[in-house]
Amino acid sequence: MTTHLRVVAAGPSSTIQDRGRIGYQRYGVSVAGAADPLLHAAANALVGNRPGEGAVEFTLAGDSVTVEGGPVRIAVAADAELTVDGDPVPGWTSFRLTDGQTLRIGNLRSGMRGYWAVEGGFALQPVLGSVATHIRSRMGGLDGGALKAGDRLPLSLDQAADRGEHCLDPSLLPARGGRLRVMLGPQQDYFTAAGIEAFLEEDYTVSHEADRMGCRLDGPAIEHSRGFNITSDGIPLGAVQVPGTGRPIVLLADRQTTGGYPKIACVVGPDVAALAQMRPGERMRFAAVDAAEAGRIQARHRELVDGLSALLQSAGGFALYDSGRLLGFNLIGGAVTGWD
Amino acid sequence: MSVTTPVPAPVLRAAGDSALIVELGDGIAPDLNAAVHRLDRRIAEARLPGIVETVPTYRSILVQFDPAVTVAEPLGQALLGLAAELTQAAAEPQLRWIVPVCFGGAHGEDLDEVARRSGLGTEEVVRLHCTADYRVYMLGFSPGFAYLGGLPELLHQPRRENPRMVTPAGSVMQGGAQAAISPIAMPSGWHLLGRTPARTFDLRREPPFLLAPGDRIRFTAISAAEYDRLEGMSGYLPDCETVTPCVALMQGAAA
Repeated sequence: MTTHLRVVAAGPSSTIQDRGRIGYQRYGVSVAGAADPLLHAAANALVGNRPGEGAVEFTLAGDSVTVEGGPVRIAVAADAELTVDGDPVPGWTSFRLTDGQTLRIGNLRSGMRGYWAVEGGFALQPVLGSVATHIRSRMGGLDGGALKAGDRLPLSLDQAADRGEHCLDPSLLPARGGRLRVMLGPQQDYFTAAGIEAFLEEDYTVSHEADRMGCRLDGPAIEHSRGFNITSDGIPLGAVQVPGTGRPIVLLADRQTTGGYPKIACVVGPDVAALAQMRPGERMRFAAVDAAEAGRIQARHRELVDGLSALLQSAGGFALYDSGRLLGFNLIGGAVTGWD
Repeated sequence: MSVTTPVPAPVLRAAGDSALIVELGDGIAPDLNAAVHRLDRRIAEARLPGIVETVPTYRSILVQFDPAVTVAEPLGQALLGLAAELTQAAAEPQLRWIVPVCFGGAHGEDLDEVARRSGLGTEEVVRLHCTADYRVYMLGFSPGFAYLGGLPELLHQPRRENPRMVTPAGSVMQGGAQAAISPIAMPSGWHLLGRTPARTFDLRREPPFLLAPGDRIRFTAISAAEYDRLEGMSGYLPDCETVTPCVALMQGAAA
């Protein structure tokens, strides 16, 4: 019998994500993929998966799943309350669930998104090379939708491998804060000097209009110099488009492939993930960097993601139930400096 | 055969830490868009290291790269070099799809209104659509949604004041100065002219996308009975021919 996880209760928006659908934007297909690739990779590393394996991204609150078969090795990369059949278990640690056991993932204490991964990943047919869920086009994941109660997630491994467990001290991950680094362009010439100054010098706040597609910000209007329509062109990850209202929208993983609003700047990759973790009402400020600095930021971030498994420590089997101190880690909140 | 379509001086635009935009001009025009697709093909053939994917649009190409393999500066120079060689490039043959359409009635609810607004008869509107040389300027908005340039000027009309929440898959539509074939059922403010039994997007098919950026399209009118027959055929694909684009390109250059 194939081992499954049955979804007993789903979080408000939980989707299976990987590194996204690469190579099909020319056909109008959105990339999708994890909104926070670092935490996605952390969940995978904890269970011994390759970084791009499909894992569940949950939003504000997690899911409850029951093992059918198994045992199953699972890990949650999130600052949230976790229980197995009612008993607390720590995050940032892999552990095994046996047939009939239920993992419940509660509310996130901070941040917008957490991740859980199972060893071996999900046995799902990739769509255009990826299992990433893109709800708007009903593509990927489980029938193109968010997880819902009653779903049965087939697993690639029938039984967890016979090996030790791992944990990750999330304080080793860089602090994220309210400074988002951007490269100006591609259409900064559609804005007045005062508009660019407002964008770079004023505070902006995450609005309630934020999802996996984009994040609309509240703050001073950014002044256009020659209208707010361009001939539609391609939209890179993190593009800051400014429609007629002057309120910027940062485009995230589920963004449309093309668009006709001018883009004043693009947020550098690691800081796009930081933004995707900010809650409505959180304040931020943009800071311009040049291409060379953006390249260095990317390189450091890539080393971090690729080197995650080196940060893992052994976690001794059932001792994990005593490592309640891990519950106290707070990855996302608090920090106010940029992170490299 | 060599073609001497003038291409405006290409411009590089920064697009974050992992992408560049090569812009060949501004606006929506056939010769400009043809140059975009020729450059896109040259970029693919050049196999520059580190390019992850390209997104050709009306007048520019978004080039996404892996910053672990290449950096923006040399890649940008290589892209400008390819763009500069465009004027000497030979014309490449293009695919032209002959797309059957059942116009009007239940298949195209707005045909009569489009005819009324343009002051033409419905037969004339259908004739204009079937003689137009449409090109896939770009795909975007949703998977497989092709923006078609080449709508005869007599038919240019604003979009519907009240968009429909659902239009059926295979709808042949026009909006503003453009036409389109809808790949899936979707909301739209464009005018519905007819439906084609050809599916431009089908995940069960390999490849799932019928139309690629730069392809050309000619519509041909069919009856409702023929529509039903073709729609009932499993795996139906429309006819396709190879055309050499030099004539159209030189017309574009002269315009």
